[in-house]
Amino acid sequence: MTLQQIEITADELKHLVSERAHTGETMLLNMGPQHPSTHGVLRLLLELDGETVVNCIPDVGFLHTGIEKNIEAKTYEKSETMTDRLDYLNTMGNNLAYCLAVEKLVDLDVPERAQAIRVIFAELQRIASHLVWLGTAGLDLAAMSIFLYCFREREKILDIMEMCSGQRMMTTYFRPGGLWRDTTAEFEPAVRAFIDTFSKQVDEYEGLLSNNPIFLDRTKNIGKLTGKDAIAWGVTGPSLRGSGVKYDLRKEEPYSGYEQYDFDIPTYEEGDVYARYRVRIDEFRQSLRIVRQALDKLPKGPFRSNNRKFVPPPRAELGNSMEAVIHHFKLWTEGFPAPKASVYVPVESPRGELGVFLEGDGGPKPYRCYWRTPSFVNLQILPMLSKGHFVADLVAIIGSIDIVLGDVDR
Amino acid sequence: MFDWLLLLEWVAKSGILLFILLTGFAYTTFYERKLAARIQVRQGPNRTGPGGWLQPAADGVKLIFKEELIPASAYKFVFILAPILTVLPALVIMAVVPWGPTINFFGRNIPLHIADVNVAILYILSVASISVYGIVLAGWSSNNKYAMMGGLRSSAQMLSYEIALGLSFVGPMLIAGSMSLNDIVEAQRGLWFIFLQPLGAFIFYVAMLAEVNRAPFDMPEAEQELTAGYHTEYSGMKFALFFMGEYIKMIAVSAIFAALFLGGYRGPFVDQWPLLGPVYLLIKIIASLGLMIWIRATLPRLRYDRLMAFGWKTLLPLSLLNVFVTAVVIVLLEL
Repeated sequence: MTLQQIEITADELKHLVSERAHTGETMLLNMGPQHPSTHGVLRLLLELDGETVVNCIPDVGFLHTGIEKNIEAKTYEKSETMTDRLDYLNTMGNNLAYCLAVEKLVDLDVPERAQAIRVIFAELQRIASHLVWLGTAGLDLAAMSIFLYCFREREKILDIMEMCSGQRMMTTYFRPGGLWRDTTAEFEPAVRAFIDTFSKQVDEYEGLLSNNPIFLDRTKNIGKLTGKDAIAWGVTGPSLRGSGVKYDLRKEEPYSGYEQYDFDIPTYEEGDVYARYRVRIDEFRQSLRIVRQALDKLPKGPFRSNNRKFVPPPRAELGNSMEAVIHHFKLWTEGFPAPKASVYVPVESPRGELGVFLEGDGGPKPYRCYWRTPSFVNLQILPMLSKGHFVADLVAIIGSIDIVLGDVDR
Repeated sequence: MFDWLLLLEWVAKSGILLFILLTGFAYTTFYERKLAARIQVRQGPNRTGPGGWLQPAADGVKLIFKEELIPASAYKFVFILAPILTVLPALVIMAVVPWGPTINFFGRNIPLHIADVNVAILYILSVASISVYGIVLAGWSSNNKYAMMGGLRSSAQMLSYEIALGLSFVGPMLIAGSMSLNDIVEAQRGLWFIFLQPLGAFIFYVAMLAEVNRAPFDMPEAEQELTAGYHTEYSGMKFALFFMGEYIKMIAVSAIFAALFLGGYRGPFVDQWPLLGPVYLLIKIIASLGLMIWIRATLPRLRYDRLMAFGWKTLLPLSLLNVFVTAVVIVLLEL
């Protein structure tokens, strides 16, 4: 098949646009996959009446990586590096979802300390992801400076992640059974310093945008989503909470010890772009609360499970224990087997419900791996939200539902 | 007998003005990049020359040597004409702006302006609106949907600010009793008109941001929506001409703003040392440009239908009110 044949032509989409497009009364505009504000390689076919969007047809798949399929060809431990690349703004969260699924499948327990550190990193990652969202969503409305202010703060989080995992983005820090290594000595002061400065920074972002008349004008009553519609379309995360539905997996089905922490779930009733903005701004503060609590009662102890059938022995033991050498050899050549069973583990990613479905077949590789990614599901509502709005609003709406194309296409 | 020296004087003054505007354009881009960078906790260009001061030259050289692409389906003649139509009015408009009082140069009295037209304000209004043709034609002739939408937006934009812009000229005109910018500047000998006409100055500044397509009114080239708007298909020097048009116009409207409301070239000791005049004007232009850059770095962009509503429902009534109040006060004072 030549490239020409694979490409979707306007003819094949005929049934998706209105009759008026065929007569040339409305204009078909191809927005993306290379466009400054589609947040990656999202292609939108727009039918425009003047500048009003009549129809919006998202076309995804430009960033397809085949990660789900590839995971089936690797052992449970080795395929974790690929999960970083799914939603590249939520690497720790992807690691967490995957590790929780593997741990549930093989029934592996995680020590307290590892769980607390996982929560700290998951929340820092949520802040980092929302920072990228705030910066790019602001940039979509041409508020330039907020973008750089947000990236300045995100840099500090990436530094903390690099301090512990050695990597800024592709961390693979959580491993089945715990963590890769324990945190470094500088970790705690660095996180505390970040918490102290960041709560002031959030006020600064709000000062730039929250009451800015132009920003209010561009976001209020734009892209309205009712709570009923949101549930019907399976929307989760801040987009759902912006429509007044109080649903957060950290409260509904707590994992990694989220039940010990005291935090609120911000919800707003309006369901417009501004409500989704408010939800994420409030989540900055709630995440900070969780990080502070987790840091205050960070338990001492092992950072990964002592179950040698699944977790490699410490380096130091390899020199004086034959047992350790055997375990190490078996784990790195063959991997650990998982029972013939299937699990589904959802976690609350910055974008919504991120779920991992794993089916074991008794061997060291999964029979099937499936990711329920929030960006893909949330993207479905875009045509509904954008109808009747201007192109300029469409850009604001895409920004507000916060998609990551690596998460959409996987 | 024809005064050859007068001709020489005109040519020299025009040459100097063109030179200042063209280098001014280059350094306005540098100023914008540096100032915006400072606002955004960045460094800005700092690699070419000491402190990055040669960056505009490097940019110019790069743009000159770039390949000039003309899309196959573009309307060639109009496509080439459009950038020229954008730059020329921006250059010509400066002719009526005075940049200093009369100086004595080797026994010859030389007034520091190109032309003292008695209908300078009408001239500015008519010349300034020509450049919108450049944008509309560029958008149309590119045969690109994004470019066309940019062009259409710019015509819609012109409809919304032009009347308010015109009316905000009336205030200074009524107070000075003349349409010549020289007379208006001289009338501000005592007090700048921005103190007598704060509302008029505000309306003029807002309308002039729209006139030069600056944020928050940069809808014709909204990169987040229309990739680059009307100049999507332009490259090389033709692209540079659009930028030249935009930045020279920024300088020009800042100079006009200074002349109308900030006392133009007037300042302390100008009467003793006339050469201080251009310096004061330059300082005022730089301040006005700085405000424009600050606004661009801070504010989000308006939607173009909102600009129309703003222009017709807010700016127009306000400027009418301003003209009315000004006129009534002047009549009452004369009684």
